[in-house]
Amino acid sequence: MNLLEIQDLSVSFRMYGRGLEQTDLQVISGLHLAVRPGEIVAIAGSSGSGKSLLASAILGILPGNAAVYGQMLYKGEELTPQRQQRLRGSEIALVPQSVAYLDPLMKVGPQTGGPAEKRRSLFKRFGLPTQTEQLYPFQLSGGMARRVLVSTALITDAKLIIADEPTPGMSLDQALEALRLFREMADEGKAVLLITHDIDLAFEFADRVAVFYAGTTVETAPASDFKTGPEALRHPYSKALWRALPQNGFTPIEGFQPYAGSLPKGCLFAPRCPYKTEQCIKEVPPVQEVRGGEVRCYHGT
Amino acid sequence: MALEAQDVYFRYNKKQPWVLEGRSLKLERGERLALFAPSGRGKSTLAMLLAGYLAPTQGQILLDGEPLPSKGVCPVQLIYQHPEKAINPRWRLGRVLEESGSLQEDMLEAFGIERPWLQRFPRELSGGELQRFCVARALLSGAQYLICDEISTMLDVITQAQIWNVVLAEAEKRKLGLLAVTHNRHLAQRICTRMVEL
Ligand code: SF4
Repeated sequence: MNLLEIQDLSVSFRMYGRGLEQTDLQVISGLHLAVRPGEIVAIAGSSGSGKSLLASAILGILPGNAAVYGQMLYKGEELTPQRQQRLRGSEIALVPQSVAYLDPLMKVGPQTGGPAEKRRSLFKRFGLPTQTEQLYPFQLSGGMARRVLVSTALITDAKLIIADEPTPGMSLDQALEALRLFREMADEGKAVLLITHDIDLAFEFADRVAVFYAGTTVETAPASDFKTGPEALRHPYSKALWRALPQNGFTPIEGFQPYAGSLPKGCLFAPRCPYKTEQCIKEVPPVQEVRGGEVRCYHGT
Repeated sequence: MALEAQDVYFRYNKKQPWVLEGRSLKLERGERLALFAPSGRGKSTLAMLLAGYLAPTQGQILLDGEPLPSKGVCPVQLIYQHPEKAINPRWRLGRVLEESGSLQEDMLEAFGIERPWLQRFPRELSGGELQRFCVARALLSGAQYLICDEISTMLDVITQAQIWNVVLAEAEKRKLGLLAVTHNRHLAQRICTRMVEL
């Protein structure tokens, strides 16, 4: 049973220009995603692919000019704004991207919350000195602040943890420690949604990987497929990501991700896709099950 | 011909601890060197010293045996992790490039810089697109040495490969000396001829 299930989610921002001019910028379109208890699902994709916006949509903290369509279910029931507000910070915890989420006027210890013992053992695992509790956020280095943010989410009894780029600024050891902790949380039965652009690490620690492109999921596959290589992957963009890694050829495809506001009409990847056909340009491909994964492509194999 | 750090020390003032203590490093023209270090070891400081953004408290930075020139465009160019902080937010991007030399069509082409982007302001482009401008700007200035401090850390792997492939081709063509600060060993192995731990 899925803890969180997202179907056909779209998010757009209403932008006001001069006078009465109005445009809707579609930032997420037709997105599907499911997370089960006990698993880490990594979300990989470039910036501007809608990764962080998805986190805000799940938590119900999108800005006021955002319009949300589609379905989001938590424990099988719709995530209404009221429910989002109730679950936020208790059942659903966020590891935010920015240190700006910390209260600048409150010392780290009380701010992290939870029982003091649990907090100390978490800090210890992250190599944060005990005195860290007595510091104010501005006294933390970038790497320390990240580790505090991760602790803040892990200390709660949340069932779903959404980590938005938790590792930049950490050393490799600290990043591995953070991911090991996420792994332990998942093994205890929690669900972790790990938003990251460090895809090497994601492949190692996640159970499944969802690949985002221009605001949609193009493929969701077992993490092991990404370790096997392009022949195990289903979408041309996932294959392109794999081939661009320095350890796998370092060969980039040409072109850029399209902008919200100038999205192609059919498949969002069509302008860069070597396999596109007439049909791809005309109509958005549906999500299909292929070899134990999901792919949004007419010719996914 | 080489860029050299000779026994350099650096601290911001007398009351502060040393950020860098007695470091030496030599980078030859045509060589590509990767620099590794855990955070807090002063990698970025060393990068700034080599490009003349900071002056060493003790020791010296030498270019072909002479101190870095204090006037004109520095032949050692630094590119860093956050392109949005390296570009004047109030200038259109075309002006950013013109300032460092004449616009070269083949360079724009090589970097995948599209013509309409030149009319835009920095905030209208993504990090990957802006980083192309920062690299292009450094190359247009006629640099002999490039210091790249985590330039692709914030980018996706396709953009990373796009940018590095151009940098490597230009480095080859112009016999640039290149220093790459990175935490990614796979990347270092791919782009560099020699690796150094700090
Ligand atoms: S649907 Fe067509 S254009 Fe889109 S990824 Fe598949 S083959 Fe390429």
